[in-house]
Amino acid sequence: MTSLGPYATFIVTSYALVAAVVAALIAWVIADYRRQTARLHDLEASGVVRRSGRGAADIS
Amino acid sequence: MTLTDLANPSRFLALAGRILPWLIAATVLVLAIGLYQSATAPDDYQQGATVKIMFIHVPNAWLSMFVWGVMSVAALGTLVWRHPLADVAQKAAAPIGAAFTFLALVTGSLWGRPMWGTYWEWDARLTSVLILFLMYLGLMALWRAVDDPSRAARAAAVLTLVGAINIPIIKFSVDWWNTLHQPASVFRMGGSTLDRAFLIPLLVMAVGFTLLFLTLHIAAMRNEILRRRVRTLQMLQAGKPRTSA
Repeated sequence: MTSLGPYATFIVTSYALVAAVVAALIAWVIADYRRQTARLHDLEASGVVRRSGRGAADIS
Repeated sequence: MTLTDLANPSRFLALAGRILPWLIAATVLVLAIGLYQSATAPDDYQQGATVKIMFIHVPNAWLSMFVWGVMSVAALGTLVWRHPLADVAQKAAAPIGAAFTFLALVTGSLWGRPMWGTYWEWDARLTSVLILFLMYLGLMALWRAVDDPSRAARAAAVLTLVGAINIPIIKFSVDWWNTLHQPASVFRMGGSTLDRAFLIPLLVMAVGFTLLFLTLHIAAMRNEILRRRVRTLQMLQAGKPRTSA
């Protein structure tokens, strides 16, 4: 920390903030993917079928 | 593989599933190299160690404009070519662009305090980037305000193209007006004024953050396609005749 000089707080805060926001973005994308696939599985379980005839949860 | 092939959402989902692991690996690798180079870069003779903030501030500032550029191309895709994935790409990019713009503003502020003696100055560069951030938020609010994705897409596309006027204003604000912010030092006529000891880590970090954007964008587009599929199936389910009470 001492090697960062008198403005270490500004440098460390900047990097920590970027890490936190990037982590939040990654968490949001993963959580959203899980939420949507869970909804599709629920719909498939309730018997809803896509127009193509494939299962609701078939995302390929 | 052409853009027409990618117009099929199912084909896009399959492609995303194949390329995302490679993109994640490339992002982690390049950012790890960039962070190591940033940590070991020498102090600047004037700014001291605060020059390390540049390695995260500048890539975020570049991406704040680049993402709006991507959304503008997607907006043309919606309005002109009516590409089925264009509005998906546009909607998925907005929160990511907003996050990068927020980071550019805050890291710039944290860099400005020790170097300029102030966290904020209402000069042309800082104010135009703040306007960009507010436009991202406005666009996200618009998407949430309109239920029908296709109607929201057209309104968002028009707003995005109008907002694109701000991008050259941000870029050239330091040349057109007298601002506290320094002029361009990397991409400029006559070459970069940065020493290689700073330029190389900066470019590696810029590539790393661009890969991060591509990864997050493709993943967010996949989520948006799934969200629309859920919506369609829920409407189908709601319209199905009930067989029991």
